[in-house]
Amino acid sequence: MALLDIRERTGYLFIAVIVGHIVLISAQVNTERGVPMLEVVTFGTFAEVQRGATRMIGGVRTSWDDYLALQSVRSDNEQLRNEVAQLQVALQQQRALAQQSQTLVDLLNLREATQLDTVAAGVIAGSASPDFRTLTIDKGSSDALRPDMAVIAPAGVVGRIITPSARAAKVQLLIDRNAAAGAIVERSRAQGVVEGTGGSLLLNYVSGTADVQKGDVVSTSGIDGIYPKGFVIGQIESVERAAGAFGAIVIRPAVDFSSIEAVLVVTTPPLSGVEGPAATGGGVTGKPALQANE
Amino acid sequence: MKAVGVLVAIALALALQTTLARFLVAGTVALDLVLVVVVYVALTSGPVTGMLAGSLAGIIQDALSSGVIGIGGLAKCIVGFLAGAIGQQFIVTAALPRLVMFLGATAAHAAIFMGLYVLLGLRSFPAPWAAILSQALGNAAVGMIAFAIIESLPGVVERRRIRRRM
Repeated sequence: MALLDIRERTGYLFIAVIVGHIVLISAQVNTERGVPMLEVVTFGTFAEVQRGATRMIGGVRTSWDDYLALQSVRSDNEQLRNEVAQLQVALQQQRALAQQSQTLVDLLNLREATQLDTVAAGVIAGSASPDFRTLTIDKGSSDALRPDMAVIAPAGVVGRIITPSARAAKVQLLIDRNAAAGAIVERSRAQGVVEGTGGSLLLNYVSGTADVQKGDVVSTSGIDGIYPKGFVIGQIESVERAAGAFGAIVIRPAVDFSSIEAVLVVTTPPLSGVEGPAATGGGVTGKPALQANE
Repeated sequence: MKAVGVLVAIALALALQTTLARFLVAGTVALDLVLVVVVYVALTSGPVTGMLAGSLAGIIQDALSSGVIGIGGLAKCIVGFLAGAIGQQFIVTAALPRLVMFLGATAAHAAIFMGLYVLLGLRSFPAPWAAILSQALGNAAVGMIAFAIIESLPGVVERRRIRRRM
């Protein structure tokens, strides 16, 4: 009965017999490379089957990996995000430590460069009011800090101590509206008084015949009895002249007051004749200046 | 019963092909008696029988020769199938259609057989047309005679029976 069914399906039977003949022929015929054609065809065919199977398995695996296996990815992602956040915080801390270390190194270098007695202090707070440019350091009267002691940084003059407590001190920044310092233009030796404006500095009381140009470096003259001679205050940003006299001479402060982390408090009395690093090492001279405001 | 008859016919054709045919046509084997049997079986029994008969006969023929086993089988398989299919679709009981069938079958067989050999780079057949034509004519002649003899056998037997009764 089955044979009868097969015989009725003539086309299938014909194809099967043809294929059988082809296989039989292929088993005996070699290709140009001497490999049996049956082997080549079989291998080629099976290779395609393998390729298809591999693709299918790859697709299944991709589907599994990309979709089904991602069920735990959300929690993993959340965990990794937390870890990244923690690492970023740790990195920030390490950077802060590195910057702090660099600041301390700079302070140490400054301390060694000057012939002044200094006390290193860290900044622990900023201005309580925007109208007053001050900051608070972590050293006070117990560390022999007194009012009107100069506060300096590696970049230049910071200000002076106005209110020391036992373990802290308030520092009036040089850019405060009530701050001033005796100053000298290093290039021309022109003298004047630097006064704070709240954000920048103005060089006032400069002789009308003085040689003052944009870009000149201004440093402390030491005449004010507070700031040691020779510490950099800033660089002249603009010069205005009116009727033969100087108008506003704007100085860009050398110190970035918004990023001060550590300072040195000069405990040596300024009138002792000791000069700062610019005056001693850089050959800068200056005249005594006045502390304009108390 | 039919299968046994087909097998016997194929065996007889192979025996004749290998023993007697070399004495025909001046010593050249211009006949393919096996092909004649395959075409005959296909025309009388249909495409499936013709196909199977062609496959079996061709493979045996290939095995007995020095060629690639299967090429002759494939050629006779196709020819048997086509001959059987044509025999089912058209009336080929007259002499002329049978003649055409034998001629066409021989040509198709030669084309497939030689084509496969050439395609596989195993043999070359320079100017085969004369050989094919002579073989086709020979096969057709043998086939026509075979049909005539076989178809006349029942009448002869019947006439002998009648004579014996008389």
